[in-house]
Amino acid sequence: MPLIATPQSMHFDALLPLQSGASLRDYSLSFETYGALNADRSNAVLVCHALNASHHVAGVYAGQDKSEGWWDNMIGPGKPVDTDRFFVIGVNNLGSCFGSTGPMHPNPDAPAGSGRVYGADFPVVTVEDWVDAQARLLDALGIQTLAAVLGGSLGGMQALSWTLQYPERVRHAVVVASAPNLTAENIAFNEVARRAIVTDPDFHGGHFYEFGTVPKRGLRIARMIGHITYLSDDVMNEKFGRKLREAVLQSATGYRYSTQDVEFQIESYLRYQGDKFAEYFDANTYLLITRALDYFDPARAFGGDLSQSLARATCKFLLVSFTTDWRFAPKRSREIVKALLDNKRDVSYAEIDAPHGHDAFLLDDPRYMGVVRSYFDSISKSVGAAA
Amino acid sequence: MTDINTMEALARLVPRGSRVLDLGCGDGAMLAYLQQTRGCTGYGVEIADANVLACVQRGVNVIQLNLDEGLAMFDDASFDVVLQIDTLQHLRNAEVMLRETARVGRVGIVAFPNFAHWPNRLSVLRGRMPVTRRLPYQWYDTPNIRVGTHADLAALSERTGLQVQDSFGLQNGKVVRFAPNLLAGTSVFQLTG
Repeated sequence: MPLIATPQSMHFDALLPLQSGASLRDYSLSFETYGALNADRSNAVLVCHALNASHHVAGVYAGQDKSEGWWDNMIGPGKPVDTDRFFVIGVNNLGSCFGSTGPMHPNPDAPAGSGRVYGADFPVVTVEDWVDAQARLLDALGIQTLAAVLGGSLGGMQALSWTLQYPERVRHAVVVASAPNLTAENIAFNEVARRAIVTDPDFHGGHFYEFGTVPKRGLRIARMIGHITYLSDDVMNEKFGRKLREAVLQSATGYRYSTQDVEFQIESYLRYQGDKFAEYFDANTYLLITRALDYFDPARAFGGDLSQSLARATCKFLLVSFTTDWRFAPKRSREIVKALLDNKRDVSYAEIDAPHGHDAFLLDDPRYMGVVRSYFDSISKSVGAAA
Repeated sequence: MTDINTMEALARLVPRGSRVLDLGCGDGAMLAYLQQTRGCTGYGVEIADANVLACVQRGVNVIQLNLDEGLAMFDDASFDVVLQIDTLQHLRNAEVMLRETARVGRVGIVAFPNFAHWPNRLSVLRGRMPVTRRLPYQWYDTPNIRVGTHADLAALSERTGLQVQDSFGLQNGKVVRFAPNLLAGTSVFQLTG
């Protein structure tokens, strides 16, 4: 019997002040919950999502094939994060395009009756803003303290930020394939993706909804670049190597000697991924989320001293990285580990020798799954979560 | 090396309430023992996936690192005690690691198999490398890439400028103070920088 997920939405009237000085009002957060909150409300686990994911973390939607949540291999009944023991909450971040208030939604500050959507006027949101919004959702759900906050990549940044913004509300943080900030190279990749979108003639300065267009060309290229950086060289070579497409193989000359046709399988794969992404993802959301990644830097307020920055965190930590992940390399996770060691915090760190690059954090690796499972087993004992 | 007598003998060298770094902590048994019986806190360092998992299962803090890449993650004198129990013989940079142990910890405790234990000497006299309970490997498949003696570690400690606060042998979980280089399968040193 698969876990059936039911999306929910909560509306917030109160103004949400943002780090930029702007604020959001009349916003909604989409979320899902799995499992049951125990009597003393001590078994809640918040899952933070990364770039193109949502509140649909686990389970399937009733009657919909292939509707598994994005971390369904990790979270569910009997899974490493066991929903028979934990009350798990997935929440969609502000600015996203999967339900929570975002650029495609009506702007309450637009002239009455205009029905104008935010578009490019959606305020820049940061990891810290997302965490503030998540905290308000927990308030509304009556959850004061999280047994754990869990996230990978950009989700890991949110988990880390939770321990700094609301240290008294977090008992454990599980930070997977993440970093204390982005490197110049990482910001550079984000900027290339953003330029691809912004320079698409269909983007119209971010107000493309009014023109009935979608900057699909930009989105496709942004996704192609992203995909390259989420994989490792080895995995790409193993999966595609220099393999040619069927049609090319059947040509008399071996290659088609064309500069614009798809010759290699890797090209075909990237185009497919780009096309798929451009169908469902919002261009303004892509800009907003990559910017949130760029801005995240908790050490900045401490002159770059991460150890000082993490002094506020009081919870226990598990960090996991993957050896072939060059977008969020192990050495970035080690920086966080070192800063926690400097503060004498409880921390464990697993460096998984997996070939799959950054994508490894979403895949099944028995070592990775085993460590997370064991860690959550010990959390469940400490919070008295029923087995 | 995780039998209870040996753990007890080594644990006696660790002051109560110490902050401990256990290099090559294996399945975390020693750290768990120190936490439970002596109120210690700290971290293990391990390279093997199975051992990292075992530590997490026990609720022992563990950092997955290759010790041959050094201890840059750990600040000077950031631990009361640094343990190296059956670790030194696996390291390429054993000498550097000995110095690093004294840098990171106020006290370093090193335990490793004593190659000069008499059964080993007998075996070599007969012309064959020893295969014993303490050194159960054939010469061609041993993970112990450094073989040394109790006397060798004393000499290396002196060479690296480390002070030997105490040293003794361990045999069947019992402390050997008389002729440990001959009579003990395990050599133990308590070192300071």
